[in-house]
Amino acid sequence: MQDKIRERKRRRGRSSLTDRTILGPAIAGSFKKLDPRLMARNPVMFVVEVGSVITTIIFTVDLFNGTAGLSGPNNNLFVGQVSLWLWFTVLFANFAEAMAEGRGKAQAAALRKTRSETIARRLVDGREERVASTQLKKGDIVVCEAGDIVPGDGDVIEGIASIDESAITGESAPVIREAGGDRSAVTGGTKVLSDRIVVQITANPGQTFLDRMIGLVESASRRKTPNEIALNLLLAALTIIFMFATVTLQPFAIYAGTSVTITVLIALLVCLIPTTIGGLLSAIGIAGIDRLLQRNVVAMSGRAVEAAGDVDTLLLDKTGTITYGNRQASDFIPAPGIAIGRLIEAAELASLADETPEGKSIVALARRLGSNNVSAGQKDMVFVPFSAGTRMSGVDLDGRSIRKGADDAMGRWSGKQVPAEITESVATIGRSGGTPLVVGENQTILGTIHLKDIVKPGIRERFAELRRMGLRTVMITGDNPLTAAAIAKESGVDDFLAQATPEKKLELIKNEQSAGHMIAMTGDGTNDAPALAQADVAVAMNTGTQAAKEAGNLIDLDSDPTKLIEIVEAGKQMLITRGALTTFSIANDVAKYFAIIPAIFFAAFPELKALNIMRLHSPNSAVLSAVIFNAIIIVILIPLALRGVRYRPVGAATLLRNNLLIYGVGGIIAPFAGIKLIDLLLTAVHLTA
Amino acid sequence: MVLDIVGVVITWIAVAIGAWLLGVYMFKVFSGNRTLLSPVLRPVERACYWAMGVKEEAEQTWIQYTVSVLIVSVVSFLFTYVILRLQDKLPLNPMGFAGVPADLAFNTSVSFTTNTNWQNYTGEATMSYLSQMLALVLHNFLSAAVGVAMAIALFRGISSRSLKTLGNFYVDATRATLYVLLPLSVLIAFILVSQGVVQSIGPYVVAHTVEGANQLIAVGPFASQEAIKDLGNNGGGPFNANSAHPFENPNGLTNQFELFLELLIPFALCVTFGKMVGSIRQGLAIAAAMGILLVAFTAISMYSEQVGNPALTAAGVNQAATSTQAGGNMEGKEVRFGPIYSGMFEATTTGTSTGSVNSGHDSFTPIGGMVALVQMQLGEVDPGGIGAGIYFMLVFVVLSVFIAGLMVGRTPEYLGKKIESKEVRLAALAVLIDVASILGFTAVSVLSPAGLAGPLNAGAHGFSEILYAFSSQTANNGSAFAGLTGNTIYYNITGGAAMWIGRFLEVIPILALAGALAGKKVVPAGAGTFATDRPLFVGLLIGVVLIVGALTFFPALTLGPILEQLQLAAGHLH
Repeated sequence: MQDKIRERKRRRGRSSLTDRTILGPAIAGSFKKLDPRLMARNPVMFVVEVGSVITTIIFTVDLFNGTAGLSGPNNNLFVGQVSLWLWFTVLFANFAEAMAEGRGKAQAAALRKTRSETIARRLVDGREERVASTQLKKGDIVVCEAGDIVPGDGDVIEGIASIDESAITGESAPVIREAGGDRSAVTGGTKVLSDRIVVQITANPGQTFLDRMIGLVESASRRKTPNEIALNLLLAALTIIFMFATVTLQPFAIYAGTSVTITVLIALLVCLIPTTIGGLLSAIGIAGIDRLLQRNVVAMSGRAVEAAGDVDTLLLDKTGTITYGNRQASDFIPAPGIAIGRLIEAAELASLADETPEGKSIVALARRLGSNNVSAGQKDMVFVPFSAGTRMSGVDLDGRSIRKGADDAMGRWSGKQVPAEITESVATIGRSGGTPLVVGENQTILGTIHLKDIVKPGIRERFAELRRMGLRTVMITGDNPLTAAAIAKESGVDDFLAQATPEKKLELIKNEQSAGHMIAMTGDGTNDAPALAQADVAVAMNTGTQAAKEAGNLIDLDSDPTKLIEIVEAGKQMLITRGALTTFSIANDVAKYFAIIPAIFFAAFPELKALNIMRLHSPNSAVLSAVIFNAIIIVILIPLALRGVRYRPVGAATLLRNNLLIYGVGGIIAPFAGIKLIDLLLTAVHLTA
Repeated sequence: MVLDIVGVVITWIAVAIGAWLLGVYMFKVFSGNRTLLSPVLRPVERACYWAMGVKEEAEQTWIQYTVSVLIVSVVSFLFTYVILRLQDKLPLNPMGFAGVPADLAFNTSVSFTTNTNWQNYTGEATMSYLSQMLALVLHNFLSAAVGVAMAIALFRGISSRSLKTLGNFYVDATRATLYVLLPLSVLIAFILVSQGVVQSIGPYVVAHTVEGANQLIAVGPFASQEAIKDLGNNGGGPFNANSAHPFENPNGLTNQFELFLELLIPFALCVTFGKMVGSIRQGLAIAAAMGILLVAFTAISMYSEQVGNPALTAAGVNQAATSTQAGGNMEGKEVRFGPIYSGMFEATTTGTSTGSVNSGHDSFTPIGGMVALVQMQLGEVDPGGIGAGIYFMLVFVVLSVFIAGLMVGRTPEYLGKKIESKEVRLAALAVLIDVASILGFTAVSVLSPAGLAGPLNAGAHGFSEILYAFSSQTANNGSAFAGLTGNTIYYNITGGAAMWIGRFLEVIPILALAGALAGKKVVPAGAGTFATDRPLFVGLLIGVVLIVGALTFFPALTLGPILEQLQLAAGHLH
């Protein structure tokens, strides 16, 4: 199992462009994808393929019939080269898609190893029978003991066990799974390390979590996302528009007393239609899903990734996302006349045996503030555990009786009026959202410990960043409104929902959505499921229940609620990459026109050389340079398509300006330079007349 | 020449002020609010609805709206066709003109129904007063009102918060006519008459020339027709010479006034749009894109005409402006207007969908003539036809938002409405229809003997004549490169088809787009929203218009005006 993890980490670490295990199959895949039935799904590249076939036929016929055939006198070498580069254009586009799929497949292969056939111990009427895991159906009951592989996705209905989930998550620390509650879900392929559990299977064969995951990354079951469909429509429409421009050119040329060869017309058409984005579009989509997978997030559909880019409101659970999730001591406030050192020492002693996170944090804070470092091993210490009756805990030693507890309980314990200053500080702490703990020794109140929810460092900056991205954050918490407001203020969230219940959560989502907002949230419990199902982007934690996972459209294998932010970034990055390459592709047309149009009519109308602003060597070299540029640019942009355009949270206006400058203006200028360069090279090696 | 340019700039400033006032007024009119004219016109408006059997409050879906547009247009087309065919048997025909032949009547009826006003006839030698005043002027109002109504329907689709309906076509068209077109036309007609435009229903006047010959001078009820011709972007003048004729356009002031009128409603609709979507800046951004394109094209045309014919320059002819000479290319131009005002007129009449002329576009320098061609091929969006300009510009807006909007990392949206596959399909279809009609008909014409019989000139110029005819008719402009003989069965029918396609096939994607947008939820704007009221967006929109709209025609333009210009410069004359 450990090598599998290393294997996966190795794959993730390496750039796939240089990875031979991906490169080889991708090259083979580029040729397999030439199948017209597959190509027809991509209208832009299908047109290029048809063009390649036609030019190949012209080239072949002329090769046998002599030079003065279809391609025009002494032009066979030119037609051959155009044809070759058109094929390359198609192959490069196929290669991009195959590369993207290859990266997913590599991960799927790693996953598939864990799905190796296991034997399930199915319980039928209390009897145990052995069946292949693939025969398990929804509702079957199976038994797993230490050393067994869990045969399928399911819920623990009996027992508790520690489970190694590294096959799915890459995380080697075992997790606890038990019947009932929010930690009952087990995933097929994971290994039981200790104890015995009874599991009810919740997925039919072929529909398990692992199956869906493999299907997705392999893109076999990948469906086009709404935005991808819209973009495809635009590209198809542009293709038709440019077909009109190209096809009608022949009659116009005939009227002008000249004519255009079919090869040149096809070259012009291929250069004008948006082949760059047409060739890279599906690779961008697959890479988007794959990029998330590299961050250990499984997208259940491409649609979810796309929606993540659109999200404008994040619902974040306070615990675990915004705060560390448990109260920690942050301050000691002594009563009047009491030295602070005495309070700290007493607080530490009272908490030595307190195994709760709060207790540990008191000891830690005391030591940070320089207490005597007493240890629990000292003799004569009698620890008094917390009880619901006394609502206090503490220690007795050397005749000292030290206690800590809620202020009212401590007041009763001391038998005296609690000093006004203490009451005051208790109230202040309460108002600020913290929890006060009063410490006393031998019926004397020494002071107060301020326990509070510690906001994770850096989260404030993160929220500021989100605001710049145009995202609003709403904190969800079960705390009372006072506490919630305090944490909200400290962490910098835009809004909060206090005393949240599943119903209130669902209602909040519905309200936000009816105001036009797109909501993303994370969740793990069964009671999160309705809200997860309602949210536009719902990230279920892998540690969560089966119900939560079913309701989510993304699953975070690391179960890290802050991942939501990365998911949104990944979604935006995917959309930006599409937009950038579309803009680039269309902007490229300007230069290609100036390369090809003068070339076409130069022979008939030498005056048109004025339009040859790039001063290209000859009509043939001009056309060929444009075609070669058009093909090569796809290869050059593959890394960008797979990696995605870098996303920086700078706000829409700046983002648009920067990207328009790079991909729009750059898209107009780059091909002028590129085509000229190729023309110089072609001329230098005498590949064109 | 400097003074001429000052005149140009003053005209544009006047348009800006007039468009603002009228735009705000039109917003009130189409929102059903009270206006200054309501006390007088409201009863008339109610009477109209009663007569038509229209329920004012009845909202229409996009399909019902489209069907209403088509029904009104088809019925009025048939009405005009019948009158033209039977004008010899109908009254108000003092000159005794014969009935108009079937193919010409078809072309003319389509032409006026579609707000094109392409004229394959000589008005003063073909049309009776009844034909002019009833059959043709009817459409000058109606087709303009249809254009405005369609634009308003699209505005409603974009601005609607929950309704799936687009308003009521009959109400919108009635209001456009009653509150906007009619009162303004009356006012304008008086202004024009004051400057010397004729308004008479008497027979033509006979003048005795100094040589003792008799000259028949055509007159007619023309000031009223002239008013709506310009205001409604119709362009079909009663005289064949159109606005070059002194009875239509007597002086420099009327020339600039007519240009002002052509630009008025198209720009005013941008303001109306801004008001309707609740952000005047959104309307101004569109107006800015239109304005920048218009100024640029006008400048090219004026410059090109002022510099003059490159062949003459090459031959050493001095074409410079002097205190006594306008200079530049004066072929086909009125001395009264000179190259600057003629260049501005040409760019304005084709930037809008007016198509009236004060000079022969055929005689412009090739680049000057190309300005007209390109603007029409863009679909006329700077500022375009009355209603049609802004609705076609909004198509480009949808495409711009979709192409570049992705670059902010969100599903593209315009004014809170998501632009998804349906909207993209409809917007792309609208552009495609235009391209297919212009290039398709031109290609067929240059290959067929009937088509080849049309052009007067050979070579690149002849090609431009055919390309111009179909660009003008598809874009519903109506101006012509005069060299083409259009009154043939072939050109009457293909031209009629191009005009119908350019208007009524376009209706479907445009109103379907309005319908698709109407039903959408509004996404609230935030820091992640792609702002469409900033200079950056204006620049992007212009870029998309030029690249998507114009690049398609680059090969065709190369073989037409570009080639001709280069040949002239090189001294090759055809």
